[in-house]
Amino acid sequence: MAGICSYGGYVPRYRLNRGLIYQAMGWMNPANIANAKGEKSVANFDEDSITMAVAAGTDALRGMDRSSVQGIYFASTTMPYKERLNAGIVTAALGVKDQIRAADFSGGIKSGTTALLSALESVESGRANNIVVTAADSRLGKPASPQEMIFGDAGASFLVGRDNVIAEFKDSYSVTYDFVDHFRGEFAKFDRQWEDRWIRDLGFMEILPEAVTGLLEKTELKISDFSKVVYPCHYGAARKGLNKKLAITPEAVQDNLQEQVGDTGCPQALLMLVGALENASPGDKILVISFGSGCDAMVFEVTENIRKLPQRYGLSGSLAKRADLDNYTKYLVWRDNLPADAGLRAEEDAWTRWSQLWRKRREILGLWGTKCKKCGTVQYPTQRVCVNPACNATGEMEPYCFSDKRGTIASFTGDNLAASLNPPAIYGQIVFEQGGKYMFDFTDCDLESLSTGMSVEMSFRRKYRDQKRDIAGYFWKAVPIQKEE
Amino acid sequence: MADGIKDKVAILGMGCSKFGERWDCSAEELILESFTECIEDAGIEKKDIQAAYFGTHIDEINVGKGGNPLGETLHLPYIPVTRTENYCATATEALRAACYAVAAGAYDIVLALGVEKLKDTGYGGLPGGASFGTEMFLRGSNATAPGLFAQLATAYAAKYDMSMDKIKEAIAHVSEKSHANGALNPKAHLRRAVSADQIKAAPMIAYPLGLFDCCGVSDGSAAAIVTTPEIARKVKQNQGLVTVKALQIAVSSGEEEAYTNWDGAHFVTTRRAATKAYEEAGIKNPREEISMMDVHDCFSITEFVTMEDLHISPKGGAYEDVMNGFFDLDGHVPCQIDGGLKCFGHPIGASGLRMVYAMYEQLLERVPAERRVKRLKYGLTHNLGGTPARNVAAIAIVGRE
Repeated sequence: MAGICSYGGYVPRYRLNRGLIYQAMGWMNPANIANAKGEKSVANFDEDSITMAVAAGTDALRGMDRSSVQGIYFASTTMPYKERLNAGIVTAALGVKDQIRAADFSGGIKSGTTALLSALESVESGRANNIVVTAADSRLGKPASPQEMIFGDAGASFLVGRDNVIAEFKDSYSVTYDFVDHFRGEFAKFDRQWEDRWIRDLGFMEILPEAVTGLLEKTELKISDFSKVVYPCHYGAARKGLNKKLAITPEAVQDNLQEQVGDTGCPQALLMLVGALENASPGDKILVISFGSGCDAMVFEVTENIRKLPQRYGLSGSLAKRADLDNYTKYLVWRDNLPADAGLRAEEDAWTRWSQLWRKRREILGLWGTKCKKCGTVQYPTQRVCVNPACNATGEMEPYCFSDKRGTIASFTGDNLAASLNPPAIYGQIVFEQGGKYMFDFTDCDLESLSTGMSVEMSFRRKYRDQKRDIAGYFWKAVPIQKEE
Repeated sequence: MADGIKDKVAILGMGCSKFGERWDCSAEELILESFTECIEDAGIEKKDIQAAYFGTHIDEINVGKGGNPLGETLHLPYIPVTRTENYCATATEALRAACYAVAAGAYDIVLALGVEKLKDTGYGGLPGGASFGTEMFLRGSNATAPGLFAQLATAYAAKYDMSMDKIKEAIAHVSEKSHANGALNPKAHLRRAVSADQIKAAPMIAYPLGLFDCCGVSDGSAAAIVTTPEIARKVKQNQGLVTVKALQIAVSSGEEEAYTNWDGAHFVTTRRAATKAYEEAGIKNPREEISMMDVHDCFSITEFVTMEDLHISPKGGAYEDVMNGFFDLDGHVPCQIDGGLKCFGHPIGASGLRMVYAMYEQLLERVPAERRVKRLKYGLTHNLGGTPARNVAAIAIVGRE
């Protein structure tokens, strides 16, 4: 039996009130007031689709055996690299084995569900097991465009396998059309779209129902068999129309998160499915339909195992970890839409030395350190001679992963001199609960909220952006865990 | 069995340039300025110098690598010139190498000269770059020196359960005292007295350090000519001798960075180097025997914790000593008697020698009464290079013969 074994969700911490966008740019496009409701999630300055995919994948793998993973499928339309396997970076960051299959799924925004289908079918075939599907996007609309308001950033992930399945995969039905509602050319930074009425009335109202009808006929199921129907569509009127046309009851409609997150692209149907699973009971049937250059429609049936899934952030936990981004220009700067001066210090040039990164790939991308086989001391960075002065053994090290370990803050600062797109640059010494220490950049926090002794967890982030050579470089940062009030 | 450097080497002459934003000077002029004073003071000729050690730190600006800039600027006649580099201990390393060369009997008269032309960076603070190697570009924090040292304060507050307000109060006095001393020194870069209130109200550079908690960034050069006490006595017949009592260096073992036995609130290296230096100099009770100090006050918090690390203040006792004026110019162990890095700035390759110069001119009673130190037995200088977690500490003790 193939299906979903676990899920993970990721919504970036910062949320931008759409009213702030309208205040800044509404003068240029007054009609955009129609979209200026609620808030959208915004990737931090050090996040992109790779880091969000890693965050969602980490959540999906929580409590799972990483060493059993045989595949990483990454779906996004905003991958940082055209050549250099983006899923390869995700693979290294998730700390799974090297001897796996990894692939990038891109193009249409339905590639998120296509990646999931590919994983499910690989598992069904019996040739693979335990594939992580992770999707993330951070699409950009031009300032003053509807897309700028509508789009949000997020990631969603599933572990697909045949053991301890929480949602069994039943069947699927796909349609593919070169229906160009949105597109980006080879060098485009911003989304372009055709007229809303056409997208709504032809795209959503005709193509999506075709996929649903096709799947219902194929499976001999009725729409009323489903406790939840997941489909992305940010047009409120079209959603009403579709619910009526497809006879989806209000209880069965899965929230599309438009008010809190936005239209997230590739991960959208998957993130909504995470939301559906969080509230599902054994026996529930869930219908998932993606949209974008066609549709993938899929049927899942929830099993008893869902009750045993270890605690994770998922969608609700990620939504709860929020902070206002109370500044529209900060959003523009973070997305490189507004040239801002970070000072001469920011212009220092530093090469990425690929041969060096290759040697240090586990240390840098996976946050692997070492553990001394003689005395048990764990240490980062990788040591050749044990750092414990009472041991100092040479050549007795085995790999030890820090990325999934929690730590506490031993010291910290907020540095206004360091060049940063989110000053002050916050960093400090982290002592890991199970041993080891290192100084990390902190992210997703405010200086005022920090204290020594506070817990942190590790998060994979974009460490630098070399615009001269078009390189995104990655490392791990510490995220302080804010105590709930 | 080696018995250390004590009294084996005498300082024959010293020179120190004016420190500051020397927009009109390149390293060559700064070298010449400290060297001219130094050789006149030594009372010898250039041809008497048999070897030289040249301290420079930053490759990205300044004069580059090697000993050539010194040899070629002064047109030293094909003598051995060796560049020394060890972070902020660079100049002290030049002095140490020169002293060891004399003590070994390899040469009679040796020059140590340090220079750093920093003010060609185009921005405040020290230049960045691969100071811990190219790998730090991949896994190092987006850190600057103020932020690295500022963490001493958060860690110290945690260790001693001391409020940040109390720490701010003490480190404000550290800077206030140094500014007061620097105001009296014509060679200092910053020569304005600043009140504790002004210091506490200054803009934040790296929490909890404000602008006045950070030392200046300056250009400068300092030099020493060393020889054997026998030769010094012949050359300087009418003058007391200043001899070297101890020269010690300690480099991080990697434990501070990667092992969990370090609290982040003190310098392991300074403690080790201080213990060895007192042993080498034969000092049993440093709090009583050290007459004056110039320590590495790159940041006020660094000086604050260093008072404990040098075994002058008891552990956890720096606050009381600082607030009681123990380190003020009229205190028991005056510290930063020339204004320190706070007022001289920190041209890295020159600072260690500049500190020794401050001791030297006091020991020879060459300073005006307004900034004279009362007790003149041992002068201690201290450099701390790198970061609190990965560093080198250098200590020099000089005194009258």
